[in-house]
Amino acid sequence: MPIPDSERVGILPLIVTDTPGSTITVNNVIKQFGRFAALRGVTAEFDAGRFHAILGENGAGKTTLLRALAGLAQPTRGEISIFGRSPQEACRDIGYMAHPSLLYDEMSGMENLRYFGSLYGIVGDARCEEVIRAVGLDPELTRAVGQYSQGMRQRMSLARAILHDPRVLLLDEPFSNVDVHSARAMVGLLKGMRDAGKTVFVITHQALLLEGVADEFVWMQAGEIVDRTASLARSASSAEGIQ
Amino acid sequence: MNALWAVTLATLVKDIRLEWRSKDALNSMLFFSLLVVVIFVFSFDPLAEESRHIVGGLVWVAFLFAAVVALNQTWARELRNQVLDAYRVSPAPANALFLAKALGNFIFVSVLEALMTPLFVIFYNLRVLGPAWQLIPIAVLGTWALVVNGTFFAAMSLRTRSREIMLPLLLFPISIPAVLGMVAGTTAILTGEDSAHFYIVLLLTYDVVFTTACLTLFGMILHAE
Repeated sequence: MPIPDSERVGILPLIVTDTPGSTITVNNVIKQFGRFAALRGVTAEFDAGRFHAILGENGAGKTTLLRALAGLAQPTRGEISIFGRSPQEACRDIGYMAHPSLLYDEMSGMENLRYFGSLYGIVGDARCEEVIRAVGLDPELTRAVGQYSQGMRQRMSLARAILHDPRVLLLDEPFSNVDVHSARAMVGLLKGMRDAGKTVFVITHQALLLEGVADEFVWMQAGEIVDRTASLARSASSAEGIQ
Repeated sequence: MNALWAVTLATLVKDIRLEWRSKDALNSMLFFSLLVVVIFVFSFDPLAEESRHIVGGLVWVAFLFAAVVALNQTWARELRNQVLDAYRVSPAPANALFLAKALGNFIFVSVLEALMTPLFVIFYNLRVLGPAWQLIPIAVLGTWALVVNGTFFAAMSLRTRSREIMLPLLLFPISIPAVLGMVAGTTAILTGEDSAHFYIVLLLTYDVVFTTACLTLFGMILHAE
């Protein structure tokens, strides 16, 4: 029996990605803006097919790390490898959601997705409608994105990021200004993507939403990764270091 | 190649749709050009013979300044909500974005020219003495010369603090050969005293050289931080 539209929130047909042994590696990455170092020699290896939550205070370097992974910020020194390729070479496999919406305010959600789909060779409306429903919005909505509430804009921004079914999802504050119910639906959607083998990176200040869902919590401070834990509880030594 | 044209077309359609809804560029260009025409009409009242000698310069100066307004708008809408980043992380070719922007600006400036030219003809009581059809290649090649460099330099000044000032500072000096060709070619056709053939070839050469240079370099501009 077909699922009614009203119940399709969080449901997205996915191509199951099998990437055993594949990793995303960050090797001694330094990123400087003038004299300020936003990343100070970050070295890490992230397993594919896992959900990584990146946590830390403002200015810890979380967004810069995510932008470097997306290929938007070129490291001053060091290397980044996405499944053995540079971020630019792997761009088709990357879905990126930034703090700003990355959407045209004057166009409707569907018009936005149609355009961004064309950049990935997606033709037709079926996939666009699918992802809009998956994030809990109505594809028939003709209102311009500029007239959406902040929460709706966030969800449409997530729809844009997952439109081309990327293997790696990089999400910067996807739950900000989203009500708890919708945020949980978004977490469910991301969990489904992880279960289908996608690698998910989420920067958030609402870490409790990801407890029991994220496979790993990556703690950043002053441009460095200071701890990596399986739950929200920090190891005593690194927690002391942060305080 | 197919991807290049598919993305170019999608981006061009998107830009025309955005302009149709906001009319930011067209309205400000029209207002500016109208102002230039009215000011010049009231400033001096030339005879028909004098008009044919000066209108070429007036027309193209008006269009050049008005085009700068559209060129600044082109990239400004890509900066809102950092939409340009969505393009930068995609596999779409950088040249497709440049071509679409240049073609979009070409259409907007051509619409302006189509609307303003009759006003120039009426206000200055113009009658073409040379081969009028040659005004078409001069207009097409001249407009492309303005927008191709303008689109490139507008993108280049995108990340500078005072980009509205930077664009004319970069664009005007490099456009001098093209503007001279447009003005001299238009005057030659209006007066019928000279052949415009040389100026058409000059503009064609200018367009080929600068379109190639802009297409070659745009990828670097797009992906620069």
